[in-house]
Order: sequence, then structure tokens, then C-alpha cells
Amino acid sequence: MGMAAAEWQFHVLAVDDSLFDRKLIERLLQKSSCQVTTVDSGYKALEFLSLRQGVESNNDTTVLSTSPQEVDLIITDYCMPGMTGYDLLKKLKESSAFKHIPVVIMSSENVPARISRCLEEGAEEFFLKPVRLANLNKLKPLMMKTKLKNQKLEEIEKLSKDANGTIEVEPEIKDSAEMGIKILPLQSEAEPKQVHLQVVQQEEQTLSNNKRKSMEEGLSADRPRPRLEGIATAV
Amino acid sequence: MDSHVAQLQMQYRNYILSLYQQGFLDDQFTELKSLQDDGSPDFVAEVLSLFFDDCVKLVGNMARALDQTGTVDFSQVGANVHQLKGSSSSVGAKRVKGLCINFKELCEAKNYEGCVRCLQQVDIEYKTLKAKLQDMFNVSVIIVHMNPVSVWDDFNKIILGKE
Repeated sequence: MGMAAAEWQFHVLAVDDSLFDRKLIERLLQKSSCQVTTVDSGYKALEFLSLRQGVESNNDTTVLSTSPQEVDLIITDYCMPGMTGYDLLKKLKESSAFKHIPVVIMSSENVPARISRCLEEGAEEFFLKPVRLANLNKLKPLMMKTKLKNQKLEEIEKLSKDANGTIEVEPEIKDSAEMGIKILPLQSEAEPKQVHLQVVQQEEQTLSNNKRKSMEEGLSADRPRPRLEGIATAV
Repeated sequence: MDSHVAQLQMQYRNYILSLYQQGFLDDQFTELKSLQDDGSPDFVAEVLSLFFDDCVKLVGNMARALDQTGTVDFSQVGANVHQLKGSSSSVGAKRVKGLCINFKELCEAKNYEGCVRCLQQVDIEYKTLKAKLQDMFNVSVIIVHMNPVSVWDDFNKIILGKE
């Protein structure tokens, strides 16, 4: 993938069946300095994501987007014909390829049962429409963290380095079901970057420890992540 | 500054304020305005245009649904009301949104006469809003013509209070 560390522009995929709403969310996201791709259905969203996967090597971009970047966030309307936002969410979380992408649900209706259902299924946030700039500002830290996490995991795969002697890796990245992996310390070139990544790593360890704990207990934690798939499954 | 232009600007300003005061527009409209910038100078106009297109379409759908001589499909009407409520809410069309809330309840109660009356009101209301906003744009065009300062700068000053 080879993303430069300085590239902090986020690419958001927005899904809504209403042209009006797509226009709005697109402007909001642009105003938040995000790159936006809009699609009008869950099917198109999945299609776009699948096409994305094989895009990096050549600069062959799809019709829908102009630059070969990863999708850092998916924001989707709840009420859509055919595949609802909830259906899309489920599909994304069931897919090993896409479940790491944070998903946000939007809805014009304030239905608590709906909101908790979405959060339980793994949505990061639930926004009531009309969505405002302030709502989107909340998402930046989330996307940043995900991006850093994915970058870090890439780095770990390439260089093996650490400070503590152990690095715990998220199960999605490795094919094996092993939760904790010991990596022998090696000299690393990029010292300052490493420090930064370590800070993130501490947070991630806490999070992944919690996640592991909740999975072991088979219960939903405060931030429920009910998916327990030790082995990577195909979409 | 030319007093003629100043006068027009004053009228323009009062006109916009009155739209808010009379409940035609709410702060969501202000939010939309704040999303407009040099990169997207026609954003509000485009969104309004889409909104009014939506109104025409949805009101048409509802009229047809309510015109059934057999049984009326209230869920169909309700679905259209839901959409209209959403878009009017997103654009800041306060009165239209308010009517939609009532309309929804009438659909759920399967109140035929109530729905028909409400639809008429929605029709009048969106057309009124459209006319008022059109007036606003027209005045703004005149002002721009007479004084080459962006009319949206005026709008900014008036609505966002950057005097």
C-alpha cells in the first residue's frame, strides 16, 4: 500500500439513496477536508469497495473515484430500499476484507432500539439527520486512529521492532487464530516514528485487550464487538 | 456607498430576517449557508433547487396515492411524507417540516380528509417558500448588479452576524 506518513487526508465513502442527502453529506465531508465518494445503494458500496481492493498496484481508478486511496470511513443512511444501512453494516462486519473500516449510520428518525442495534453490530457512531459539521468533526480522531493502526500493522509486518519485547497483533491481520505474538526485538531505523507508534500501540493494546477479554467472556463489553472469527473468512 | 444600494441592502437584510422570524427558515438553513464557500459558491442554490424538485415529485406521488378511488395506501403516502420531512429538515424549511410532522400522524391514523387537507397545505407552503426565496435571490441579483460585492457576503453579515 505504501501510504506516506504525511498523508492525512481521509477518504470517506458515503451511501444514501437520496440525491439530496448525498449532495449534503458530500459538501459536509468536503468542508471537513475529506475526499468523498458517494454511491446510492449498499450494493454499489460493496461493489466500490471490492473494486478498490485490487486497485493499488496500477493507477487504474474506477469511475467513481479519482485517486487510488483506501476508504477510511463508511457513512451510510439507515433507511434505504433493498439493502438497508443496517444490512450493509452487517455485511461489512462479516467480511474480513472490510470489517476494519469504521462505519457510521445516519438516520432521520430517533429510534433508540435502532440505534443500539447498529452500535451492537459494530457501528462506530449513529448520527441523526440533519448531520452537521460538528458531527463530522467527531469522526476525525476515529479515522486517524484507524489509519494509524493499519499503518502500524503494516509496519509490523515489514520491520519487526518493539520496545517492550511483546507486540500483540489484531487477529484480522494475521491468518492464524493466535491472539498474542512475541516478536524478537530488532534494531529499527525510524526512531521518532517508532516512539509515536508506540504511543498509539499502548492504546491499541488496551483496546485489543478489552476486545480479547470480551470475546473470551463471550459477552458484549461497553463497546460491543460481537464478531468472533478466529479464522479469516472469505466475503 | 451609494444610498440607493444601501437602501436595497437594508431591504434585503430585513427580508432575510423576516424569513427567519416568520418561521420559514430555521438554523439548519444557516448551517447550509456556512457550508458554501469559494470552492462551492452555488451550494445553497443547488440544494434548494434539489429540494424544490423533491417537493414537486413527492407532492405529486402523494396526490396520486390519495386519489385512489379504491383503498388508499396510507403507507405509500407515509413513505413520501417521511422523505419530504427529511429533506425539509435538512434544508431548514421549518414550516414545511412542521406540516410533515402532522401529516405523518394523519397517515398513521389513516385519516383521509386530514391527509388531503394537509397535502394541500404542504403544497401551498413549499410554493410560498420557493417564491420568497426567489424574491430574495432576485433582490440579491439587483444588488450585485449595482454594487459589485458578493451578495453572499451580505448574507453572511446579516445572518451570521458578521457586521
